[in-house]
Amino acid sequence: MTSELQAFDPEAASKMFFQGGHTGYLGLRYHAHGSNWVELELPWREDLLGEEDREVLASGPIISLLDMASGMCIWTTRQVFQPVATLDLRVDYQRPAKDRSAVIGHAECYKITRSAAFVRGFAHDGDPENPVATLAGVFMTIAMDPRKV
Amino acid sequence: MSDASREKAAMTLTPYARSLGIEVEDSSADAPTLAIDFSRNIEGRPSHFHGGATAGLLEAAGYAILRVTLDAEERKPILKPVNITVQYLSAGKQKRTYAQGRITRLGRRNANITVEAWQDDRSRPIATAVMNILMAEPKA
Repeated sequence: MTSELQAFDPEAASKMFFQGGHTGYLGLRYHAHGSNWVELELPWREDLLGEEDREVLASGPIISLLDMASGMCIWTTRQVFQPVATLDLRVDYQRPAKDRSAVIGHAECYKITRSAAFVRGFAHDGDPENPVATLAGVFMTIAMDPRKV
Repeated sequence: MSDASREKAAMTLTPYARSLGIEVEDSSADAPTLAIDFSRNIEGRPSHFHGGATAGLLEAAGYAILRVTLDAEERKPILKPVNITVQYLSAGKQKRTYAQGRITRLGRRNANITVEAWQDDRSRPIATAVMNILMAEPKA
């Protein structure tokens, strides 16, 4: 676990985060990060398709990809892992991803307060200038009940 | 509910929805109710739904009501998602979770759909979504 003394490292944390759970099931991978942004990769897989007869990733896993990249860009910005809850997430789909193509999700935390974090991002399948989807999200830090610690 | 109507509604599920574990709970009403059991595949922070998995359930229920409605009108358009906005109202616990959509407006080219997801109490949704879906009629 990342301690408060050691800054949150999205690359190191990815190894643990993506071992299991929903993100492990999707097979998410670390791609890149900066001081307030994180990029993850969603590999193409046959059981994640949006339509029976087309080899295009479904929109659902792209939401999960962008949601996860959002959480991680918040921890990267704060430099500490502190659970957050998604409050509002909007995804606009510009076009389907290319056949059999992995999708990269980029999320950037552009404003952070004590309890809220504002994120924008996009997903692309090779060319960041030609996104498949864009994202806007608001996240809240989860207040710890001192009686339960 | 008859097995036939459940099967028909199950046809509306995408490969992703089925892989995730989404099932048709009830298709006797105009709007199919979908459900998913809690599992490792949908877990985010320990013992809770991942926001992305909740969104996946909402989206599947939105597609299900639209497909069933279009089938009744004998329309078979290609559906293209335009956008989805999800409001997360409370944490998804380790319980079977349901979702049902409602078509707010069905036009010729666009459908506007609202969806609710709940756990124990239908009147206390854990998440809601608004979706716009474009309908492209296949060229004759």
